[in-house]
Amino acid sequence: MDKFIRIKAEKINFYYGKTQALKNVSFDIYANQVTAIIGPSGCGKSTFIRIINRMHELIPNTRCEGKIIFDGEDICCDPAMDVVAVRRRIGMVFQKPNPFPKSIFENIAYGLKVNGIKDKHYIEEKVVDSLKKAALWDEVKERLHESALKLSGGQQQRLCIARALAVEPEVILFDEPCASLDPISTAKIEELILELKKEYTIIIVTHNMQQAARVSDRTAFFLLGEMIEMGDTQQIFTAPNDKRTEAYITGRFG
Amino acid sequence: MKKNIAQNLGFLSLFACMATTLLFLGLIIYFIAVRGFKVISWEFLTQVPRLNMTAGGVAPAIVGTMYLTLIAICFALPLGLACAIYLCEYSPKGFLGNIIRMSINNLAGVPSVVFGLFGFAVFVKFFKFGISMLSGGLSLGILVLPMIISASQEALMTVPVSIREASLALGATKWQTIKKIVLPAALPGVLTGVILSIGRVAGETAPILFTAAAFYMRGFPKSIFSEVLALPYHIYALMTEGTHPDKQTAIAYGCSLILLVLVLSVSSIAIFIRQRQRSIHG
Repeated sequence: MDKFIRIKAEKINFYYGKTQALKNVSFDIYANQVTAIIGPSGCGKSTFIRIINRMHELIPNTRCEGKIIFDGEDICCDPAMDVVAVRRRIGMVFQKPNPFPKSIFENIAYGLKVNGIKDKHYIEEKVVDSLKKAALWDEVKERLHESALKLSGGQQQRLCIARALAVEPEVILFDEPCASLDPISTAKIEELILELKKEYTIIIVTHNMQQAARVSDRTAFFLLGEMIEMGDTQQIFTAPNDKRTEAYITGRFG
Repeated sequence: MKKNIAQNLGFLSLFACMATTLLFLGLIIYFIAVRGFKVISWEFLTQVPRLNMTAGGVAPAIVGTMYLTLIAICFALPLGLACAIYLCEYSPKGFLGNIIRMSINNLAGVPSVVFGLFGFAVFVKFFKFGISMLSGGLSLGILVLPMIISASQEALMTVPVSIREASLALGATKWQTIKKIVLPAALPGVLTGVILSIGRVAGETAPILFTAAAFYMRGFPKSIFSEVLALPYHIYALMTEGTHPDKQTAIAYGCSLILLVLVLSVSSIAIFIRQRQRSIHG
């Protein structure tokens, strides 16, 4: 397997006001792999992936230290860095499906339009292509111009994935993408993630340990803002090195 | 058992309050309509006043009110919306922001006659617009500015953070996000502010008293720099300065009815547009 390092996090410290949410977190994310981040609520896993595409900047009174090296550049704490360019290359799918109150077509075309693409033909092709990749095309091809809010929760989440794919990112961050979905929709999203890793590098935050075990190649365990352990998913789930990881995985807390 | 009686009594008193309110509303519409209909005719709607406001129609006042409202909204809507966008999306959130917001809320409490005097000093005298439709429209615009700002602010704030984040995560800039996602989603709320403002502007007398309104005019306003007749002020003139109270009182009721219908129909159109917006975006 290609062990190309796509993202390298070095000694990330993050503060909400005076509370430290992340302590010295360092790890490598390999290209074309699914990396899962697990841990109890409030352990900093969502904060961590928000830093990767600079969404943490939207929250006032926060401070970030350390480096996130992406493509040879530090994208983390340099205020001169072009945030918009980073977010284009590192897409994000959120916990709750959050389609725009627009048509299905417009939801996907939006990302292309804001990035300056005007060619209508290209946009149409890209919309169809993204919907196919997100395994939603067959369900919506008859009603592309209806409101996206009429779709079911699972369909909305796949629409959000299609929307992220349309701008051709290299990395996709999933922040508990199945937290508000039923088991069937969850299965569809997981299947999709496995399909997507052929082309993209994926990081997924999840509360659901079975999910991490099913979809990921590598798993990181976070606890109280620290990364306790990281390794191949199979090793983490069968022979964890740290007692706390073992306790969490066997369900003794969390 | 006892609990049920108390509850029923509670419901009953709430119902009584609601019924009283409806009664007043009904009475207002009934009296204005019955008295107003007596004088309303095609001539009344299309002719200019004649014989010292005892005969003829009130067309110039209808047109004047429409123009004044149009100028006021054209001035207040872009300014107020831009202001709300700044306050919601860009201004410092802390102490300074609160001071600004508080000042705007206070502006809403200023009596309308003060806006009239302000309009006189600034638009009529300082900018030398004279007593004119423009001065009056701008004064009315300033009067409803706080209303439009607070309605727009509320509308902007109800746009969920989740879709703003979604837009930013796709590589949209902040301004693109505001223009293409936040504003369209906030539009129904902004329109609500405009509806309220139209009602307020069309009915206000004090701000146009010294800035725009003519006591008596035979013709239509020729440009935005001419004086105008406006329905509310025309009613005031008819009721206070009349030489033939019997005929003029009837005309005043006619004017009231027209004003009422005018405001209600503009509101209905705006509500219709808002519903359509909601059904597309919601």
